[in-house]
Amino acid sequence: MIRAESITKRFGRVRAVSDVSFDLDRGGAIALWGSNGAGKTTLIRCLLGVIRCRGTVRIGGVNVRRRGRHARALIGYVPQELAFHDDARLGSAMMFFARLRRVSRARASESLAAVGLTGHERKRVRDLSGGMKQRFALAIALLNDPPLIILDEPTSNLDAEGRGEVVETLQRLRRDGKTLLFASHRPDEVISLADRVIVMERGQVIRDTSPIELWPTEKPIQVVRLFLTMANEADAADALREAGHTVHLNGNGLCVAVPRDNKADPIVALARRQIEVRNIEILDDVQISEAKR
Amino acid sequence: MSAITSSPTRPIRTASAAPSFLGGIARFARREFRDAIASKWFLLYTLAFTTLAVGVSFLSLSGVGSHGFAGFGRTAAGLLNLIMLVVPLMALTAGAGSIAGERERGTLLYLLAQPVSRMQVLLGKYFGLAAALLCSLCVGFGISGGVLAWRAGGVGIGSYAMLIGFTALLAIAMLSVGVLISVCSRRSSVATGIALFAWLTLVFVSDLGLMASSLLFKLRVQEIFGLAAVNPLQSFKMAVIVNLNASLDVLGPVGSYASQTLGDGLPWVLGASLAAWTAVPLALAVVIFVRRSSV
Repeated sequence: MIRAESITKRFGRVRAVSDVSFDLDRGGAIALWGSNGAGKTTLIRCLLGVIRCRGTVRIGGVNVRRRGRHARALIGYVPQELAFHDDARLGSAMMFFARLRRVSRARASESLAAVGLTGHERKRVRDLSGGMKQRFALAIALLNDPPLIILDEPTSNLDAEGRGEVVETLQRLRRDGKTLLFASHRPDEVISLADRVIVMERGQVIRDTSPIELWPTEKPIQVVRLFLTMANEADAADALREAGHTVHLNGNGLCVAVPRDNKADPIVALARRQIEVRNIEILDDVQISEAKR
Repeated sequence: MSAITSSPTRPIRTASAAPSFLGGIARFARREFRDAIASKWFLLYTLAFTTLAVGVSFLSLSGVGSHGFAGFGRTAAGLLNLIMLVVPLMALTAGAGSIAGERERGTLLYLLAQPVSRMQVLLGKYFGLAAALLCSLCVGFGISGGVLAWRAGGVGIGSYAMLIGFTALLAIAMLSVGVLISVCSRRSSVATGIALFAWLTLVFVSDLGLMASSLLFKLRVQEIFGLAAVNPLQSFKMAVIVNLNASLDVLGPVGSYASQTLGDGLPWVLGASLAAWTAVPLALAVVIFVRRSSV
């Protein structure tokens, strides 16, 4: 479904994505995992063909650079947060995208109904909550029943209930044979939806593995955020990775997935390198064993 | 939230899911037109232009019978300077906000992620804005024309119709320049600033510059005419005056030279200048936008 060969994207002197290649078969699911600034979003934009990059991307055999609009017809895209004219009403915005994707009014209504937005057609986009916007973006993405869904951190702005709904819907879509590619910061999402994880750091693929190999523990894990006394987060991240932890930098501390009964492990690993932890915040309580089911 | 229905076995034909080239442009144009006519800026411009046009009509009517012009012809002459000020401002600012505004709001990325090409997005936005601009002008000209027809009959209606035609050309030419500015700007405020600077340059600075350079460099009449014809606002002004007067003699030696040299072809030359100001900036905008490596 996706064939990416030697994708490289530079912004001035910075290599946002460096020589990334991978294949994804129809019906498969890949998660992009990595810190903020690792290149996940840039890679997604290259796959969509909305920014120019070196290398070749084929979606369903269609070259994205040469036949971009035909390739994008095979993709349903869900951004991190829906960006659409705030003044637009839900119903008219939906019809605009329905016409762009050449689907009927009935199908547009069906899509809205499927994400629980029937009756909100007169609401303006600015009046929607984060969760509703995300459901709306999902409805647009699925308008023409595309075989590939690309999602850029689709649940990052949602509460636990909203996240659960989106993940459940994506699981159902996978069962229906859809191909998924998504960026995520949540181990439970990756484990429950993906069969491969591409770990990116500084624009490069550093691991192409499975979720089970990335988080081998059967124990419940928690994502903790560590705030360092000295702001040398890159060295700290390297030290934690060497100690076997899965880490991502999110611009505000280091996020580490740890077994619930070993939360101090990363602090000990950092202390060995004389890196002092100033504060710790527990972000998520992730039931890996449940997600695996 | 219930599951979204999907049918995995149904093959997706890419050609059927992406709109045709013209279909994509039409869909964007329709959306842009609807958004533009609903915007406060457009309503304000339309109201201002209509009020001023109707005001000029009443002033023109007050002198009917005592001077050479009457009714529509006199109003066309009176509207000339008003149009040269207001219409480029409307078109340049509308064009400047088009792509840069979408880029700044983050909506451009989402639109480009749909099964459309960059050229479809740009042309769709251009044609939608052009249609909205022309509608806005038609309201002003329509109400003003209605007043004139009611009070003074149809004398000089041909000149008035030609004025509308040349104003439409000027509007779409300035819109092209505005869209080019927008494509080259990352922020909408920067694009609007450049558009205002371009407006000032075209309306005031180029006139003064032409006068100064003709004195300083002792330019010949054909050179002065050539430089004036390059300015879309001067082309518009000369075309309207030719249309009202059948010659440019009122503009002095340069006007006489142009009338004698180009004769009946003069309106076509001036119209071609406006057409070039429409086509060249729009083509440049398309090339830059399509070749742009980022959003």
